[in-house]
Amino acid sequence: MGILEVKGVNKRFGGLQALGDVNLSVTENSVHAIIGPNGAGKSTLLNCLVGKLIPDTGSVMFNGQSVLGRKPHEINQMGISRVFQTPEIFGDLTVLENVLIPCFARRDGAFSMHAFETVGQERDMLDEAMQMLEDMNMADKRDMHAASMSRGDKRRLEMAMCLVQQPRLLLLDEPTAGMSRADTNNTIELLKQIKGKRDITMAIIEHDMHVVFSLADRITVLAQGSPLVEDTPENIKGHPKVREAYLGESA
Amino acid sequence: MDAILLQTLNGLDKGSAYALIALGLTLIFGTLGVVNFAHGALFMVGAFCAVTVSRLLTLSYTVIDETRTDFLGNPMKVDMPYLKSWLGETVGGTIIDWSVPLAILFTIPVMLVLGYAMERGLIKHFYKRPHADQILVTFGLAIVLQELIKHYFGANPIPTPAPPMLTGSFDFGALVGMDPNQVIYPYWRLVYFLFSAAIIGAVFAFLQFTTFGMVVRAGMADRETVGLLGINIDRRFTIMFGIAAAVAGLAGTMYAPIISPNYHMGMDFLVLSFVVVVVGGMGSLPGAVLAGFLLGVLESFSSMNEIKNILPGIDQIIIYLVAIVILLTRPRGLMGRKGVMEE
Amino acid sequence: MLGLEKKDATLLLVVIALALAAPILLNPFPTESAMAQFNAGYPDLMQKFAIYGIFAIGFNILFGLTGYLSFGHAAFLGVGSYSAVWMFKLLSMNVIPALVLAVLVSSLFALVIGYISLRRSGIYFSILTLAFAQMSFNLAYSVLTPITNGETGLQLSLDDPRILGISQTADGGIPLTSLFGLAMRDSVAVKLGGWSFEFSVGYYVCAILMLVCFYLAMRIFRSPFGLMLRAVKTNQTRLNYTGLNSRPYTLAAFVISGMYAGLAGGLLAAMDPLAGAERMQWTASGEVVLMTILGGAGTLFGPVLGAGFIKYFENIFSKINDSVLQNWFGFLPDGVENVVLWVVEHFVGPGWHLTLGLLFMLVVIFLPGGLMEGGQRIAGLLRGKRKSGGDGGGDDPEYHPGQTPHVAE
Repeated sequence: MGILEVKGVNKRFGGLQALGDVNLSVTENSVHAIIGPNGAGKSTLLNCLVGKLIPDTGSVMFNGQSVLGRKPHEINQMGISRVFQTPEIFGDLTVLENVLIPCFARRDGAFSMHAFETVGQERDMLDEAMQMLEDMNMADKRDMHAASMSRGDKRRLEMAMCLVQQPRLLLLDEPTAGMSRADTNNTIELLKQIKGKRDITMAIIEHDMHVVFSLADRITVLAQGSPLVEDTPENIKGHPKVREAYLGESA
Repeated sequence: MDAILLQTLNGLDKGSAYALIALGLTLIFGTLGVVNFAHGALFMVGAFCAVTVSRLLTLSYTVIDETRTDFLGNPMKVDMPYLKSWLGETVGGTIIDWSVPLAILFTIPVMLVLGYAMERGLIKHFYKRPHADQILVTFGLAIVLQELIKHYFGANPIPTPAPPMLTGSFDFGALVGMDPNQVIYPYWRLVYFLFSAAIIGAVFAFLQFTTFGMVVRAGMADRETVGLLGINIDRRFTIMFGIAAAVAGLAGTMYAPIISPNYHMGMDFLVLSFVVVVVGGMGSLPGAVLAGFLLGVLESFSSMNEIKNILPGIDQIIIYLVAIVILLTRPRGLMGRKGVMEE
Repeated sequence: MLGLEKKDATLLLVVIALALAAPILLNPFPTESAMAQFNAGYPDLMQKFAIYGIFAIGFNILFGLTGYLSFGHAAFLGVGSYSAVWMFKLLSMNVIPALVLAVLVSSLFALVIGYISLRRSGIYFSILTLAFAQMSFNLAYSVLTPITNGETGLQLSLDDPRILGISQTADGGIPLTSLFGLAMRDSVAVKLGGWSFEFSVGYYVCAILMLVCFYLAMRIFRSPFGLMLRAVKTNQTRLNYTGLNSRPYTLAAFVISGMYAGLAGGLLAAMDPLAGAERMQWTASGEVVLMTILGGAGTLFGPVLGAGFIKYFENIFSKINDSVLQNWFGFLPDGVENVVLWVVEHFVGPGWHLTLGLLFMLVVIFLPGGLMEGGQRIAGLLRGKRKSGGDGGGDDPEYHPGQTPHVAE
């Protein structure tokens, strides 16, 4: 039984069948990649996982609980963190404040009126946030305006914000989209480090083969809204159906 | 039945004004992406164009009328408009009587220039600023325009009559075959409604059937792409701003006989017109027009005694109530497009 | 001190000192001198500084932190005034119950209006709040006349019950608002050489409440709650995907700022016990927006500064009339004088609102961060020159949340 279980999910937009009978199981402490050509339904699937879309039929269970119909903040509080295609960070705040917010969210829940505590005196939270920044090699940037950082650093910061929550599942939406080769490699390195350092479950939506094969333990190939095949990277590479449907196209 | 007809008619003139202002607001918002809080002030300036023209036409000198005497028995001093002495009593008098419709000729160039100056001098610099900044700067401009008018025209409403031919009322009910004296309707309100309908029709035809309009509509849908096609969309948008200003100005000019222009009429109408835009759907021109008339008529209905007896004060707040309900249930308004001004 | 970081504690002390010494500081010119007209140290005006300071501090908690631009906050000011006057009519002339009721009623109003309006953001939110405020204004003028006394405004009268007090004084007048016997209107005038300073009870009540409000706002700014509010402003999507529900945060901010407005409204009534619907008009809402922006939205001290600035110049500019102007520009040659007079005339006396509108535009165009940013820029320039001398600037190990300089959507 995986930590994330997607069963028989269908989603139609008007006449378009975006997802057709998707089944997926993500095992705890593994990296599961979902790949497929453009329009295969990857983003739709992801949006169903985080509460932005509700599937027409089927179930999405996380840790034994349904996520369907829940709001994004509720799903996050269940233990799912999300990294966006373009990094979503708090641009007007400092790097440290960016990381502090998820710390507070984990400690205090979705809403709390801590209006008379002082952020500067929340030692535990500050330590935790600083530790995370150090882990990410960003400690020296703690007072920087987040918006003024390079794109690579923003990505790094967003990862830090997700990881500091110690999520049970980290969802990554094309984490290398639009990046240069060098940036992509850096991101792969970063993810590898994260994977090596702690027990974490990741689901990556990606179309860059290079990223997927260097990270994933298991891969699901989506085509036209349905899973074509699910297997280990080695087997996927040689799979004739996949070559035909996906690799053949991009080669 | 007559009551319903009467209230519908009564709502039409106010609805026309809402529709015209909302149309301009939507044009500006749709094309330039700017929230113009000064649009009500443009309506007000339009109304004062009518006042100005009427004053210019009645510029007078004093003559002594030997045939009449004042209460002391001295010959009476009478103001003699230059126009009358130049063109004679009949022609000059007619021109003076028709000052409000004639003011249209004055309003159009004034508003076009004002709109052009506003866009080039101020609004242009706010395209990339947050909506809050746009609201604030145009709010400031609205205060400035309002205070300037107050400085030169005073704080009191200035009655500006319609041509005498059109000041009376007529029996609309009898015209459509109902009992006489049930539905009496002033001529000028009918004129205003027809005038508004014509302007609205003209704006839509302009957008629908000219190349210029086509480009503007395309720009409203997707500004960047149109810009990429090598079309100078900015210049067209400037012209569009001028047109929107002219529409608001004309709406004000012709409204002068109905309301007696005062310096704060712009603000009063702006708040309601914004509500109209929101109800109609941000960015939807037909929505703005539809909602304008709808809310005007609704307001008129809610001021019926039968309804006020059940819900006292409802006429004061009906428009706001409708807006709140619409915003909460249909966030895009009646005919709003997807993706306009959403989170 | 009081759970504040050193920098904030210093700021608070400065503000306390300024507020307490205001009757002296604001009267720098001897009573008989020509410049005396620029003095601001009389109770009426200083009370306005403090009261509108409270209003702006509260507005800033909503607008400065979360970026939600409300155009309806005057409604809460009006509600606060009406509540306070009713308390003076029914219970007693003591200001405490009046202020408590003002805050309670306005917080309930804010809860209802905020709950609905905050379902939308951006311009929709602004228009919703505007719609609510206009609705309140219209109702106050029409059907609610039994409560608001319509156009005349709500006033005290000799036959009010005042259960815990007296309906009329021994000499048949309406009793004065007071704090346990200290009348708001009481004051002590101290003459010192050519100077005269007036210390009034009313002003000190307002000033102390303003200081309390300022301190509370400071705590909110530095708290995790305040951090979340700033996060709402910069990226709501990220906030929601970080497991935080933005709605209750914005609602809490809205209600708090509504309570501040209610307190300000109550104080206005406590200083001068009448309440009129015009206090709720949207131009009044616009004024508090202007105060906040002019001072610097999102900064702690900015709104107080903005409120003081506007109320001061409103007072000064409104007082200047033609004869004053002729005095000033009399030295100019006649032709020049007439031109200058013609220009200046637009902006003074009743033309103050024109100045206000222009100021509004200039600030938004050139100084979106308000006076506080302007001050920082100037200070930065000066320091930049001095710094070339080699002052490294000590690294501060303590954590200071930054201030968001710009007005956001």
